[in-house]
Amino acid sequence: MNRLIIAVTLSSALALGACKKEPPTVTPDAPQDTVRSTPTPTPTPMATAPQPGSQSHFAGAMAGADTIYFDTDRYNVDSEDQAALRRQAQYLLQYTDARATVEGHADERGTRDYNLALGERRANAAKNYLVSLGVPESRLRTVSYGEERPAAMASNEQAWARNRRAVTVMIER
Amino acid sequence: MKTASLFSALVLLIAAPAAAQSDDLLPDLDPGAVGAQDVEEVAVEGDDDGPLRGTVTDDSAWQDLGIAIASFATNRDQSTPANAQGTAALGLELARVVYSDLRFNGLFRPVGPDALPRPSYPQITDPAWNTWRGRSAEMLVHGYVRANDDGRLTVGCYLYDVALQSELVREGWVVNPSEWRRAAHKCADLVYSRLSGEDPFFDSRIAYIAETGPKDNRIKRLAIMDSDGANHRFITNGQSTALTPRYSPDYSKIAYLSYVDGNPRIYVYDIGSGRQTLVTQSANPTFAPRWSPDGRYILYSMAVGGNTDIYRVSAAGGGTPQRLTTGPAIEVGGSYSPDGSQIVFESDQSGAQQCYIMNSDGSNQRRISFFGGRCASPEWSPRGDQIAFTHIVGDFHIAVMNPQGRNVRTLTNGWQDEGPTWAPNGRIIQFFRTERNSGDTSIWQVDLTGDNERRLRTPVGASDPAWGPVLP
Repeated sequence: MNRLIIAVTLSSALALGACKKEPPTVTPDAPQDTVRSTPTPTPTPMATAPQPGSQSHFAGAMAGADTIYFDTDRYNVDSEDQAALRRQAQYLLQYTDARATVEGHADERGTRDYNLALGERRANAAKNYLVSLGVPESRLRTVSYGEERPAAMASNEQAWARNRRAVTVMIER
Repeated sequence: MKTASLFSALVLLIAAPAAAQSDDLLPDLDPGAVGAQDVEEVAVEGDDDGPLRGTVTDDSAWQDLGIAIASFATNRDQSTPANAQGTAALGLELARVVYSDLRFNGLFRPVGPDALPRPSYPQITDPAWNTWRGRSAEMLVHGYVRANDDGRLTVGCYLYDVALQSELVREGWVVNPSEWRRAAHKCADLVYSRLSGEDPFFDSRIAYIAETGPKDNRIKRLAIMDSDGANHRFITNGQSTALTPRYSPDYSKIAYLSYVDGNPRIYVYDIGSGRQTLVTQSANPTFAPRWSPDGRYILYSMAVGGNTDIYRVSAAGGGTPQRLTTGPAIEVGGSYSPDGSQIVFESDQSGAQQCYIMNSDGSNQRRISFFGGRCASPEWSPRGDQIAFTHIVGDFHIAVMNPQGRNVRTLTNGWQDEGPTWAPNGRIIQFFRTERNSGDTSIWQVDLTGDNERRLRTPVGASDPAWGPVLP
């Protein structure tokens, strides 16, 4: 119960950061003291917030727009994907030191070699769109994981749709 | 900008082999036992009468033959480095391996040594016919094992026709004690070849990917084993994902994909030295390695700017890679015809994966698969008459067709069966099967009739099998 209140009262960036798979590079101070001292949240000190260009900061700012999804065997960027990629591009243009990897993935319903090639296509489709929006190519790299790193574990259409994706992640320095 | 990316690519290339060496390859690998060692053929005991010649042509007839495989005898029971109990116990083990080879592959109706009387050493060349005639054995396998003064073993293998009371074939081999199982496989090959008229295949090895862990954190390690699953070894420790191994035709190297530097790249692992090198010095991802039948070339697929094409490079290293396909579609994989003149590969230039053939220099590309569904991961039979492939028709099945893309026959009907690889004699296909939801994988094999399907026994989950040729 106590934890729930804490989570609600924390700044939105921190709360989002806590949801991510990747642990933040800078661990926030234990929040209990803050909550006990005053019922209204004090501003989070700058030193404990995720650094711009870090994975947790990026993922928090994207709120899901770090991933775009594809149809079976396809790699075209549709209007929904374009909106997400525009958000990614804005971030990368704002934080000019940030470098990113675009990871391409395929669902398990493909043969291994083809899925590696398909993941490469998807990662490059996302990367090329970011470059078209002005993100310097030198700050972007791609990697294909084929079907090797699924995000959803089930063997059904919903899971496969979630796994046909390109995910942009920050390269931590 | 360009200089920076070029520089980082160079750093990766320089760092990769060293990192692979120290981080990922198992240090305790014994290269000597992995590399092929010579098995010397010798003349075996017995009189000098030539073997009786007969011809067996009907497939169904030979499959039903009853074969008694008796414990191998020894001239003198003595311990060897092959086992602690001595050559008498080793003789029993040899016969068990011959029996398992034939039984697990659904060949003949073999009866093993544990259910049979043990022949004496003199009886190996002079069978006790009355004993065997009463056991509904039409064929009889005898053998012996002898410890030599130089520490090696001599193993003899004899096949008799019980009704005719005559010898059909015999052979003998001198092997190092650590390779005693190879003598048993050679004996099984001798029996199989003599009775079926087919080429041998038991004395061969398989490279594959051993899988452990949950679906969202699967550990995939390069591993090798004999054709019967014995002498299993892990080559990588699982810190980085390994995929799609292929033995070189002489078994001296394994080409495989590893994420050891964070990117998918093909490495050529030298079994003798334990060292590995990148298949090509490029910052681009490379995958789907394949050897030419003569071992002189390696095919690989490389994505440049997201577009995957097939390339060929000298296996000896050096030289400029030759690009064989140039289209904007995905061209991937590739498998040589046995004479090395043609390559079957897959492409989605028609909108979905289909199978194509080209000359080995990339010329004369043409689609061969025009049936329903998709054609993926084609593999040319070592006999040349068939191409195995993954037939995607909703579910994934293993199927074969002729090199013209006709006479398609479906051999399996799992939920997801893929990645066919041929036995050296082109009569059996191994593949891997993925279970729905759990993602668990296992290696299976099926013969060309589709009737005899069985799962291989592996220590953990298994995928991406690659069957090598008969050992040199």
